[in-house]
Amino acid sequence: MSESHESYSSHESHKTNGTHATNETKTVGQLNDELLSSLRPPTRRWYLLAFFLGAVVAWGLFAFTWQVTHGMYVTGKDRPVMWGFYITGFVFWVGLSHSGTMVSAILRLSRANWRRPILRAAEAMTVFSITVAGLFPLIHLGRNWIFYYLIPYPNQRGLWPNFRSALLWDVTAITSYIIGSSIFLYLGMLPDLAVVRDRSHGWRRKLYTVLAMGWRGTAREWVVYHQASTLMAALIIPVAVSVHSIVAWDFAVTVVPGWHSTIFPPYFVIGAILSGVAAVITLMIIIRRAFHLEEYLTPLHFDNMGKILLVISLLWSYAYFVEVQTTWYAHEPIEWEVFSFMANKYTFLLLLMLVGNSLLPITAMCFKRLRRSIGVMLSVSLLVNVAMFIERFLIIVPSLSHKNMPFIWGSYRPSWVEISVNIAALAGFALLYTFFAKLFPIVAVTDVRELEVREARVPLGRAEVPTVAGEE
Amino acid sequence: MEKMTSPYKWGMVIDLDRCTGCGACVVACQAENNVGLCDKKEIAEGRDMHWLRIERFWVGEYPDVRVRFLPVLCQHCHDAPCEPVCPVYASYHNPDGLNGQVYNRCVGTRYCGNNCPYAVRVFNFYPHDWPKPLDNQLSPDITVRSRGVMEKCTFCVQRIRRAKEEAKGEGRMVRDGEVQPACAQTCPAEAIVFGNMADPQSRVARLSRSPRRFRLLEHLGTHPSVYYLKGGGREHV
Ligand code: SF4
Repeated sequence: MSESHESYSSHESHKTNGTHATNETKTVGQLNDELLSSLRPPTRRWYLLAFFLGAVVAWGLFAFTWQVTHGMYVTGKDRPVMWGFYITGFVFWVGLSHSGTMVSAILRLSRANWRRPILRAAEAMTVFSITVAGLFPLIHLGRNWIFYYLIPYPNQRGLWPNFRSALLWDVTAITSYIIGSSIFLYLGMLPDLAVVRDRSHGWRRKLYTVLAMGWRGTAREWVVYHQASTLMAALIIPVAVSVHSIVAWDFAVTVVPGWHSTIFPPYFVIGAILSGVAAVITLMIIIRRAFHLEEYLTPLHFDNMGKILLVISLLWSYAYFVEVQTTWYAHEPIEWEVFSFMANKYTFLLLLMLVGNSLLPITAMCFKRLRRSIGVMLSVSLLVNVAMFIERFLIIVPSLSHKNMPFIWGSYRPSWVEISVNIAALAGFALLYTFFAKLFPIVAVTDVRELEVREARVPLGRAEVPTVAGEE
Repeated sequence: MEKMTSPYKWGMVIDLDRCTGCGACVVACQAENNVGLCDKKEIAEGRDMHWLRIERFWVGEYPDVRVRFLPVLCQHCHDAPCEPVCPVYASYHNPDGLNGQVYNRCVGTRYCGNNCPYAVRVFNFYPHDWPKPLDNQLSPDITVRSRGVMEKCTFCVQRIRRAKEEAKGEGRMVRDGEVQPACAQTCPAEAIVFGNMADPQSRVARLSRSPRRFRLLEHLGTHPSVYYLKGGGREHV
């Protein structure tokens, strides 16, 4: 196994794929060219896109600066709704970050070979969305300039943060997840970095030389690489699950009616995976279009992702049903008040959420024809993400607006500052992604090639046998 | 209840029969604690800064309607939901059973505000200033808070501190009735009584044993230090 890898990882990009030529039509060079096409010098359209995204981010920064210089009153927050769009954004982006783990780690461990062309894109998405998510709590602070009080650092006053607080668990979990998923992304990229190192010049060559850490593709390196990535894949899954459970605990450990619910952690994790899968589908479509990867991201991939979406959506619907049903059965008046307030005041959003998260994906994804249609997949996945954002909003705001005592009921409307920051977060995420796609191989070249090797067959006597027997 | 580490356990009793809803306590609290002055706009937005508010509700059907008042302030819960959620220990419990708030430490996550079932924590949304000559009456015993922090009733901890220090200098305990928060001192109807619950002979302790007593949202298990005496004996129309 390692030998076949070795020949591929070497930098001879013009060597034909001799041994497996039976049903192999492409040379390694062609393959590399196609898969690495995203690394070609940026076009004008790329610059335009980057400029546009940069402008949106700059606008968001302006809004944030406005908030810092003026005070929290520029947001729509108010007593009793002290949390709003920022925390919605936070939970949403943490949710999106589960895509990489889902596609890359879970599908890797379950040996789903079709994942290969998309895994890099999904892993990068994890890193960027968790980074964006991590910014939200900081933006949300009333006094952002002393955010470091949240970090346990030794100081003269002997003051430590409060580890009983779920917010501190958040800080810990998010930091671990950023570090973990970055390592996961980087580790998986090592052989690819070596490939691009050997094909690049100038400053890029210097950059990749450093990043590739002297990868040569020896048998030993491959063995270690495979062990490490399998181990990382196994380790990152519990981290991902715990991160979103912890975010759910922000709500579940309080005494706020509507939040104080044991279903929250699994419910949040499922919701996270749902939005993550939908985001990966959207991303697949964009990348496929942008880098002309129609050959690698085939309807089969969409078909499979559609099936996953179906299953997760069913799970989500079940969790949502359980949440409402237990509240209804207990019929605690204060809690029920929150639910009926939500149903009355946010009827439209509630319906949109239910359609987007369960009705539409469940019905549409049952049909193979629809799962294989790019247009349908794009609209479904976009709607799922909109619905997911609404879901987070509906968890946070109605509970706060109608808690405990009628005297203090209120409502919430996001201000332009909060909306700008949220849009800028999306743009910032896209911007990071645009840069990443230009700088690093967005398709996992070696993984795709590995699959081709596995699927290639060599003649043995009169029979044809696969080159490689099993995986990993 | 857990072991006591201090001979004091401050508590309050509010007799709803006596409360006329005049609002003197609200003003007294505002003056005593340097609570920010809010303009019309802020109040219309619901971002007023009162540490103590008087809830008003109606009982009965027209024409037989009565109005009742319920002063709500920080209940100084013994198992305060606002405390464990604060990531930086700005909200903490002191040995006297007070729920303290360290303004300098607060970073403004507003998590405590969400988790307080009584919604008595007020967030400083606006930078406040005191127009002349009001700035002259700012109390030197208590900080003027900046925007971005959470504030709340402290049972006038500065007064309690002073009384305790004086008593300590004389080598005795604080006498019953020696210390009062501004709201209790100002209440014309003497509806608010403050004192040491740990002393069974104190006025609060005796009143808190009244059959009329109740505490707000007791089912949440927060164990508030503020007792209310049920109103309804004499109606205020
Ligand atoms: S009433 Fe609210 S602010 Fe006061 S101690 Fe209880 S939870 Fe904390």
